[in-house]
Amino acid sequence: MSRFLLPLTIFAVMVGFLAVGLTLNPREIPSPLIGKAAPAFSLPQLHDDGKTLSLDDMKGQVWLLNFWASWCSGCRTEHPVLMDFARSGIAPIYGMDYKDQRDEALAWLDQWGNPYQVVAVDAAGRVGIDYGVYGVPETYVIDKQGVIRYKQIGPLDDETVTKKILPLIQELQAK
Amino acid sequence: MNWLFCLLLLVAGSAWAGEARPLGDDPAVEARLKQLAGELRCLVCQNQTLADSNAPLAEDLRREVREMIVKDMSDREIVDFLVSRYGDFVLYRPPLKTTTVLLWAGPFVLLVGGGIALAVTLRRRQRMVENAVITDEEHRRVERLLSQGVKES
Repeated sequence: MSRFLLPLTIFAVMVGFLAVGLTLNPREIPSPLIGKAAPAFSLPQLHDDGKTLSLDDMKGQVWLLNFWASWCSGCRTEHPVLMDFARSGIAPIYGMDYKDQRDEALAWLDQWGNPYQVVAVDAAGRVGIDYGVYGVPETYVIDKQGVIRYKQIGPLDDETVTKKILPLIQELQAK
Repeated sequence: MNWLFCLLLLVAGSAWAGEARPLGDDPAVEARLKQLAGELRCLVCQNQTLADSNAPLAEDLRREVREMIVKDMSDREIVDFLVSRYGDFVLYRPPLKTTTVLLWAGPFVLLVGGGIALAVTLRRRQRMVENAVITDEEHRRVERLLSQGVKES
């Protein structure tokens, strides 16, 4: 019996490791930017090319920065969640139109609704690189001091909003 | 008619001259880009290097790296730029840290473990051979078999 004990133990340990490995999502790469100051930007606005939106405009409030694009299917999935969030008025959502065509982005917002306070245009994707974006949609929670507190990779869903985003926003707003 | 053609040529020529020279023209820059991009991972197609991937983000990052090379930044600075945004994940050679000790030392631990297991097994087997008890009858049978060759099995 004892001669089976060692292989059996090794087998059990391997199964344990593999089981844990199966539950991990390799597409979710932890961001090194959490707890760091949000990278500065100053970009033209989607609805008014003449105006710019810069990071300093949002100082003093807790806000969400959502990278999206009209070509991105995940953004379509996430969109109702953002609309609900915007209606609740808990915190403003600022949009970053990532590597998109202006007219297509505007048509997309007309068709599905606009949850954003202001949308900035990151046509070349450079601000996206500064924020470590590697696939839209991505959403950042940024606090009053302009520090990134949370990053959501992929579409937001109701569960993530109620369990993670809302408690975090309340905590940050109370500070 | 001829003058119109000349004018067109002139206009077209100036438009051509006005275009910025693509950064990709400098072979020295391209060589460094190729070498650096081979060490960096594409975030979208995670098992491809930045050099291999055709993902739009990989193209953007190559553009970014190319611009940093032109600005004469060191390899260290360029890699730090990407790590500060995307984390150690962009590196195909992860740095040695407390969280990556197992990754670096793991194969050697396995090698040593395997070596010890092999040594123990061999020693145990040797002892089994040494301790084997052979009766006189078995001895005679061995002698007979050896003298006959392999015919009897």
